[in-house]
Amino acid sequence: MEEIIIRLQEAVVNGDLELARAQAVQALEAGIAPLVAIERALNPGMQLVGERYEKGDYFIPDLVMAAEAMKAAMQVFEPALLARQEQQQVPGIVVIGTVEGDIHEIGKSLVATMLGAAGFRVYDLGVDVPASVFVDKVREVGADVVGLSALLTTTMRNQEVVIKALEEAGLRAGVKVIVGGAPASADWARLIGADGYAENANEAVEVVRKLLSAG
Amino acid sequence: MRPRLQILSSETIAHILSEAYALLEEPGVLIHSARALHLLAGHGARVEFERRVAHIPPELVHQALKTVPSSFQLYDAGGKAAVQYGGDAVHFDPGSAAIEILDPHSGRSRPPVTSDCIRFIKLADGLEALDALATSLVCADVPQEISDLYRLYLVLCYTDKPVITGAFGIASWHTMKELLVTAAGSAEALQEKPRAVFDVCPSPPLQWSEITCENLIDCAHYRVPAELVSMPLAGATGPVTLLGTVVQHAAECLSGITIHQLANPGAPIVWGASPAAFDMRTGTTPMGAIETMMIDCACAEVGKSLGLPTHAYLGMSDAKVVDAQCGLESGIGAILGALAGINMISGPGMLDFESCFSLEKLVIDAEIIGMARRLVAGLVERGTPLALDIVRQAGHAGNFLSLPHTRRWFREELFIPTPVIDRDFRNAWEEKGALSITERAARRVEEVIAAYLPKERPPEVLQELLQITLRAAQAAGMERLPVVTTE
Repeated sequence: MEEIIIRLQEAVVNGDLELARAQAVQALEAGIAPLVAIERALNPGMQLVGERYEKGDYFIPDLVMAAEAMKAAMQVFEPALLARQEQQQVPGIVVIGTVEGDIHEIGKSLVATMLGAAGFRVYDLGVDVPASVFVDKVREVGADVVGLSALLTTTMRNQEVVIKALEEAGLRAGVKVIVGGAPASADWARLIGADGYAENANEAVEVVRKLLSAG
Repeated sequence: MRPRLQILSSETIAHILSEAYALLEEPGVLIHSARALHLLAGHGARVEFERRVAHIPPELVHQALKTVPSSFQLYDAGGKAAVQYGGDAVHFDPGSAAIEILDPHSGRSRPPVTSDCIRFIKLADGLEALDALATSLVCADVPQEISDLYRLYLVLCYTDKPVITGAFGIASWHTMKELLVTAAGSAEALQEKPRAVFDVCPSPPLQWSEITCENLIDCAHYRVPAELVSMPLAGATGPVTLLGTVVQHAAECLSGITIHQLANPGAPIVWGASPAAFDMRTGTTPMGAIETMMIDCACAEVGKSLGLPTHAYLGMSDAKVVDAQCGLESGIGAILGALAGINMISGPGMLDFESCFSLEKLVIDAEIIGMARRLVAGLVERGTPLALDIVRQAGHAGNFLSLPHTRRWFREELFIPTPVIDRDFRNAWEEKGALSITERAARRVEEVIAAYLPKERPPEVLQELLQITLRAAQAAGMERLPVVTTE
């Protein structure tokens, strides 16, 4: 059992999708409970990846591939969790997207990936997302956090439009709103009444964690 | 001979283009403009309207490349040709479009306002190194809806130089064209002697947003020169391999040229670029990275191989203040761009990933441009013999300063910088206050702005420009334009 756990963790740390999937299957076959594998292999693996990034040994592609490897393993574990009527503890539900009029994907997707790897359940609505679609999704999934991305100075104001729409729908009190994208800033976030701003994807995870732990 | 930078072999260029053609067919180009999709479908491209994807066959691209002009000129307000797009001509214009300005008094960046914009225009107007202006500052004291056209209005009022600009919306493009027509006197006059180029930027990878694609087609219809600014980020929105990103850039530009030439064959357009090598540690888009500059030069080389006018964003820095990083990144970029023979090099004045403008940096960059121009002017044989007679004449006493030959040639042989570049003896430098380059640059900014001469404009033209801008402002909820306090 120890060997499988170690190899699964290594697969995540090395960003090896195939190996992660294979080791996850092996873990189940060896009778390792999925929650145990998640807690002892996947989570510590992602934590190590984060530490290496902070130290400067790892770079963004290493982070992203580790997150993808974790996702591959989770795809194996999820049916098993369901069958056992167990649930992984989800620290929060996030709805994320690039606001209307803006078709820039990369920053938003990076944040979605890192939040997913940190255990959050993430609904990525894609790009050019109208305010009403954000509102509907927040209501539907009971989101704790809404992430609004904008890369253009001309579209960043639509972040405010979504916040207003959430207010009008009576949903604003129940969700934390974070904003990001090149023209956004902490000042901008305050100005439009968002709860948080992050400079990059790793920081976004920290910001979301803090917002949720602060209630 | 003219020194030249070549970083691609002809075999590699052929390889790049053949893959770019293949990308246009599969996966094709995602275009958020019905007008463009119909245009392409009407000329034989396979279009999936549901997915908004056009699969563009090579024949369509070849056809477009046959009709696209290989050169055109921009004219100043007096109708004099001032910028040559095409061939190996090299021009510089300030970077665009900054949403911040570095305030020299506080040392911090802040959103620029009208008075900043006017100071910028007066400065750029006075710097000979800049052949064209750009609408570099986005003024925060007017509504966002008019922030694109408002900066053009100011530029048209305060300088005679040609201008590189761009629209932030579909409707505002037309207002901006109206401003240009008014300044030129008539639509015909503007077509005959274009004053401005509009940047139109595809979205990597292989996409066109509705606004930019509509701008592209409108430019074609009215024969207002367009400049394709494709900006893949190597490793993020394009392949991390630098040549892979050059392929994607070529495909994006070719898609733009095809749409543009289908809309109006023969309309002028530029093969431009603002790529970057994505920073894998911070997730930023470093404009000062050597790989960014390598991609820029390679993209231009591909465009030149097709006989097209070229443009690139170079001469910028990612530093947050005017420091040594700022100087080294800007210097390398401007030199490489000049050596690559890029027709329009945009970027001087820009800091912080193309988001923050510094007037002090602009005057330092003007010195860099002087050096870059000197470099590409090359080592010239001023006569035969090269030295034999003159060295013999000077003899071992060797006082060349007293020979007429020296006085005859030194102004042509040497680029003579302004005092922004320190060449004083140490004593003299100390006596002048031991100033850093940033401090000397700040002085030069004030000198150039103080020497600005107002441009002559018929009052009815000024009035009409004002009315057009004011109408747009009022439609956006602003009753009066900002009052300028610097005058």
